Parts: sequence; structure tokens; C-alpha cells
Amino acid sequence: MSGANSDLSKNLDSRENKMPLEGLRVIDFGWVWAGPITGQLLGDMGAEVVKVESRKRPDFLRLFPPFAEGKPDPDGALFFHSLNRNKLSVTLDLTQPKAAELVKRLVKISDVVIENFSPKALRNLGLDYPTLSQVKPDLIMASLSAGGQTGPLKDIMTYGPSLGALAGLDSLIGYPGERVLGWPMAYTDPASGTLAVFAILAALYYRKKTGKGQYIDLAQWEATTALLPEFILDYTLNGRVAGTQGNRHPHMAPHGCFRCKGQDAWVSIAIQTEEEWGDFCKALGNPPWSQGERFFSRKSRLQYREELNGKIEDWTIRRTPEEVVKLLQEAGIAAFPSYGIGDILKDPHFEARGVKVVVDHPKMEGEILYGLPWKFSRTPGGIRRRAPLLGEHNKYVFCELLGMGEDEVSRLAEEKVLY
Amino acid sequence: MSKSALAGVQVLEFGQLISAPYCCKLMGDLGAEVIKVELPPSGDEARRYGPFPGDVPHPEKSGLFLYLNTNKRSVTLNPEHSAGAKIFLDLVRKADILVENWPVGFMAALKLDYQRLKEINPRLILTSITPFGHAGPYSKWKAYALNISHGAGVAKGIGSPGREPLAPPGQQAHFFGALNAAAATMVALWEREISGEGQYLDISEADCWAMLFNGVWYSKYLYAHEEVTRLGHRSNLPVYPWAVLRCKDGFISATAAEEAQWQRLIELMGNPEWAQDPRFEKGVKRSQHADEVDERLESWFASQTKAEIFQACREKNVPFSPVQDIGEVVECPHLQERDYFVKIQHPKAGEVTCPGPPYKLSETPWELRRRAPLLGEHNEEIYCGLLGYPPRDVVRWGKEGIL
Repeated sequence: MSGANSDLSKNLDSRENKMPLEGLRVIDFGWVWAGPITGQLLGDMGAEVVKVESRKRPDFLRLFPPFAEGKPDPDGALFFHSLNRNKLSVTLDLTQPKAAELVKRLVKISDVVIENFSPKALRNLGLDYPTLSQVKPDLIMASLSAGGQTGPLKDIMTYGPSLGALAGLDSLIGYPGERVLGWPMAYTDPASGTLAVFAILAALYYRKKTGKGQYIDLAQWEATTALLPEFILDYTLNGRVAGTQGNRHPHMAPHGCFRCKGQDAWVSIAIQTEEEWGDFCKALGNPPWSQGERFFSRKSRLQYREELNGKIEDWTIRRTPEEVVKLLQEAGIAAFPSYGIGDILKDPHFEARGVKVVVDHPKMEGEILYGLPWKFSRTPGGIRRRAPLLGEHNKYVFCELLGMGEDEVSRLAEEKVLY
Repeated sequence: MSKSALAGVQVLEFGQLISAPYCCKLMGDLGAEVIKVELPPSGDEARRYGPFPGDVPHPEKSGLFLYLNTNKRSVTLNPEHSAGAKIFLDLVRKADILVENWPVGFMAALKLDYQRLKEINPRLILTSITPFGHAGPYSKWKAYALNISHGAGVAKGIGSPGREPLAPPGQQAHFFGALNAAAATMVALWEREISGEGQYLDISEADCWAMLFNGVWYSKYLYAHEEVTRLGHRSNLPVYPWAVLRCKDGFISATAAEEAQWQRLIELMGNPEWAQDPRFEKGVKRSQHADEVDERLESWFASQTKAEIFQACREKNVPFSPVQDIGEVVECPHLQERDYFVKIQHPKAGEVTCPGPPYKLSETPWELRRRAPLLGEHNEEIYCGLLGYPPRDVVRWGKEGIL
């Protein structure tokens, strides 16, 4: 395995080479994205993460294309691989009482439980926090449901975009003065998962000081609405309901994305200070339009921003995004192309930041996964294990961690408890 | 012992606007003691951002500032001045965590880079949040949230075909960066409990977007040769409906990934004949005939309000949601029953209602202990009380522009 931490196996006794969360064990019931990315981040930082699934109901992402060998295969689903690296996989049919008992035994030797089912799911299985905390009183459990564990919409079923719609996010997305387009991708999941890691670690810190565990009810809806304060406060202070924002900024102009030479080629440019505006005009050769009264002050530029955008696009359209960026960054102006995934993957800066990590998986040799964006100077995290095959670690987890006999494990597999 | 998760953790915030302040707010709201260092004479730039009550600008009434700076104390300090730098080092000696979001090179120019700070406080965790990180070819490039979102491939999937890509609203790159910085800082704090040593965290906002938001799409690009595209109100997933559609009084987010959900929707619509058409048979086929699907769903939606559609869909277990505008979010009974919005009493701005706890912790609840501070409100408390400087020095430093 290559990447930033390829030599982790050396000197494991020395703290210098230990990952920050080594020694913590996490049970991950995560499903699709929000729960799994929480477990992924904890695993990337060194926690031992045991993902619990069932062949009857594997993580939905195991069924989601693209697949390593082109055809549906729960072990070859590539979205799944990226979100579930560093994890161990066990299969348990939770509808069977014996499986629920095994979960309790696992929880007893773990520190953290993560789940993102609807609130009734684990309750119906007899595996909710009140039950699990009896088994393990200092347990930290985080539930990342759509609307939280209480309230009239607690059982609501959503996908990322429909949750973003409830949270107010979608109502802001579209071209100014035009219809709502919404954000077709699920920002709610990675935002909630990252926030969950913060809350889990804060709870672990408290546990270390006091010995007490606790339950974290994280409503993805609320975590997302918390990221829209300017709009919320403009309503609560002034009764104003914000509409579609486009690329606009309330105080900056120019602040937009401009067409360039090339196929679907665009550059974003943003200017905050009068000094930047002067430098920008200079970089363009002080064209006559830039010296007029309309664009003389920020206030006036905001008023005439559409006209200003047109003038700028007349200039950018004759250049590639790279030419524009080079010229403007040299002049100290914030400019960057509007990248696609392909652009990120071939960009030298993102390469240097470690966006790509190469991992060998039985279904795909040399598979490229996304890296870990957190750069720690002394105890870096990283990818030390490829994504697990479904049920790959049943033997390790049940025999070695729980001390069960191999016969018993085989029998439970035959009874489809481990299934 | 106080029932706050982070009671006793000393956090120093040196930065402005969104990323460092939101990161430190998350810690302060769980009980950490946050000292916010603001540059004289005007302090955090967010004080000039608003929204302001009645749209009248005032540095103590900016809505964005009042939200992002709860549970903090404010001191003014100019570390460019040598006496100011010494005071800053005294603050660093008392800190567990320092979060900064200045452009790359700024801290080093003040001789406040990690190598120097580590010498006076080896247990310090220093978290830097910047657009492109402190290493790599673009580390010194300038970027605002707009450029970060476009540069990290987020905007390319938002907007209409052929038109300009759209960055997510409200300088979202800074909020996502703040969430990441806060989580990473807690990991380092946990590690320090074991090792006794601090460290330096280099958090790039572009990295956070490019990996934790967009990383899942790498495989689609690399192995299915599909790039992120803009399809207006639709997604490019091979399932449908997955779109924002019009109804009588607004929009519905109509997402149905599973076939059974589509079937339940058809039942809800009264089993119309068109649903038998092979063009609508499976999610993939529906995505190829998305215009026809939209037309049929929108004609059914046209006579109904968001609330009516939402109610009917919930009863039938169809996962459609109303696109709530900001007013509807604030007035929403679900959030009200969960006591989500909190009222803050502020001496200058009056009563301010804003989002409260983004999670409910059973043992150590999110807590509003302090409203956002006035500029330099805690100079005396921190400089004379915590650091023990003689009051006459503090007065003199104030006159000399150091505070």
C-alpha cells in the first residue's frame, strides 16, 4: 500500500509512529454516506472500526455503481471502497435475537457506536442507546438521523438533497432572480459526518476526565441549517427571505464565475478591497470601462454588478482559465478555474496535497481512493487497510476479539446469524 | 466539575470572518474557554458583514458576527508591535489550542509560526485553516470562498447546462473548512491526553472539499469515465425522479432512489395510465425520459401546495420534501419543538434569534453561556486578571495602539 503512511508497520512501539486514535474501537452501523464517513474519519485517524452489515441488507453503497469488474458485486462497489477503507467488516442479521446479543458483546469491548438509521430502527431491534448503555455504561453513541430523535418529523425519510431542501439550503441555490435549482448532491452527509466526529471526540475527552459516556442526537437537518446563519439572521432580524444566490456575495463585486476560451471552461474571480480592484484593473491594462464612475467604488460596483460581469467576461472569454489565473494571481487577485473531478486529479497542487492514495484491493489492483485532508505534523493519519469484503473479519472479530470458538462461529454462520 | 464536554480547555482564536471563528464557536459552545484576539482598531471583518438590524451597519450588530462568536471573550491586540507580540506569547503559554486563518506567511512574518510557539508551549495544538494549505504550489495564492468552491470541483455540479457553475451559498467553503478543522483539532487534543505533546495541523479548505465532498466521485471519473455535470434542477444519477420540481406554491425536492418508492408514488397519484408506459418502467429509463417524468409529476403537483404534497407523501412513505425557504425553516414546528433556535440578548443589537445546538448531547448539553463579545470587551479581565499585567500598563498599551 502506498501513500503518506506506507511505513506505518515500522516501529509500532514508538508513539511517534502511532496514529492519534489508536486504541479506540468503533462499531459502525453506518449506511450510505453520513454514518460511513464518520467511521471513515475515525478509522483514517487510527481507530479500529468494525462495520456491521448483513447479506440480507448490505450497505446500499455495495449495490451502487461503478463496480470494479463492471458488473454488480457487493465487494467491488467503488463508492463503497472509498468510504469504508480502514474498516473491518462483520455480517450479522440483526433481526435474529442471537445477533443482537453478539452486538451487545461487541459494544461491551468498544468505545463508540455510530448509526444513521431512522430513529425507530435500532429501538425495534432492541439495540438503542438505553439498552446498549446498560451493557457498556461509558459508551458514546452518535445517531445521525435526518430530523433527530424527537419532534413531529423524527421519522422522516429523506435523501441528501431532500434533506437539504428541508434545511433551507436548496432554496438559496439557483441563478439570482430565477427558479430554485437545488444542489443535486448531498452536502448534508459529509457536513454532518464531520461534525459528528467533532462531537464524538469532545464526548471522549469528557469521558476521559469523568468516566462518563453519553448519547449524541445529531439531526443532519439541524447541522446543515447551522451553516446558513447570514440568511437565517436576515430573516429573524429583518424579516427578509433570501432567494437564489447564484455566485453573488452581499459585499463583494466582482464576485463571479466567467466564461473562458475552451469547452465548459470557466474562471472564478472575487475582489474584496479597493486595493485589489486597482490591481485587477491594472492587470487588465486599465481598460477605459474600468475607470468609469459606475465601477469606481465597491458600492457602485455592487449596484452595477451585472454590467461589470459582462465587461469582465468580454475579457476572460478570449483567454483560457489558466491564462487568466496566472495573470491575476501574479497581481494578487483571487482567481481560480472552475474545476471538474478530472481537473483535480491531474492538478499538481492537489497531487502534492495527497488527494489520491493508491491501494490494492482483491477486486482492483492499484485502486485510487481519495486521501485524508487533515495534515498532522506529528501523528498523521492515513490509509493502512483497503475496504473490507462483506463479512471478511467475522473470524477475527468473533474469535479473537470476543473469544468465541471456531465451531460456534461456524454454527452461527450456518444458522444465518452471522449472515 | 462543570457538565461541559470541553470544560477547562483553553482556546485562543486569532483570525477573522468564518472559518476560525466557527471552528472555535463549536468548541466554546461545548464549554471550552475561548479568547478571541481581534486586531485594533476595527476587529474581526465579520463585524462589517451583517446582516444588521434594519440594515444599519454597526460593528456590534452584525448578525454573522453575533452568531459566530458566542461563548467567547474578546481582546484587542496588535502582535505586529513588539510589545503586542510578547503579550500574544503570554496568551499562547496559557493555551491548549490556537486556531488561526490568516493568509500563509502572515504568522511567520509576525514570528508567531509553529516552530517558535512550540518552544514556549510544547503542548500547544496549532490549527491553521487556509484556502490551499501551507504546502503545495498554490499555498500562497489568494482565494475567497467562491474560488475555493469552484477550484475544488464543487461548483461544477451546480447550475444549468451551458451556464456558469454555481458555488454553494453563504461562503460555504469556510463553513466546511471550519467543521473539518474542529474535528481534526479534537483528534489532536485526544492524542495529547495520551502523549502529552501538541502538534501542528494544516487544514486546507480546498482539500476538504476535494476529498471529503468530492472524493467519492473519483471512481466514477476514473473507472466509469463520467465527469460531474450540471443538469439544472436534476442530478446526473441513473435514477429518477431526483430533481427539484414546481408545485402550486413553490418547489418539491422529489427524490426516489428505490423502485418501491416510485411504485408507492404512482399509487398515491391514483395509478394513472401513463405509468404503465415502458419509458417509465425503471429508474434508469425514467432518467432518460426525465422531461416526460417532470411534465407528469408537475401537472399533478400544480394543484397542490408544498404542505399538501409533503403530507400525502409522508403517509405513503414517499421520500419527497418541500423546498423550505428560510422563513419556513425558522417557523418550522419540528425545529421549534426541538428548541433549535435560541434567543440571545445583546446590549447593542437587542434580541437576536439564531440557530442553536447542531446536536443534542445527553450528558454535556450545548450551552449558551455568553453572547458574542463587544470589541475588546474583556481586555481588562484577560490582561489584568488572567495574565496579571498592572492596569496602568494596559491603559498605556491601549493609548499606544497595541491593544
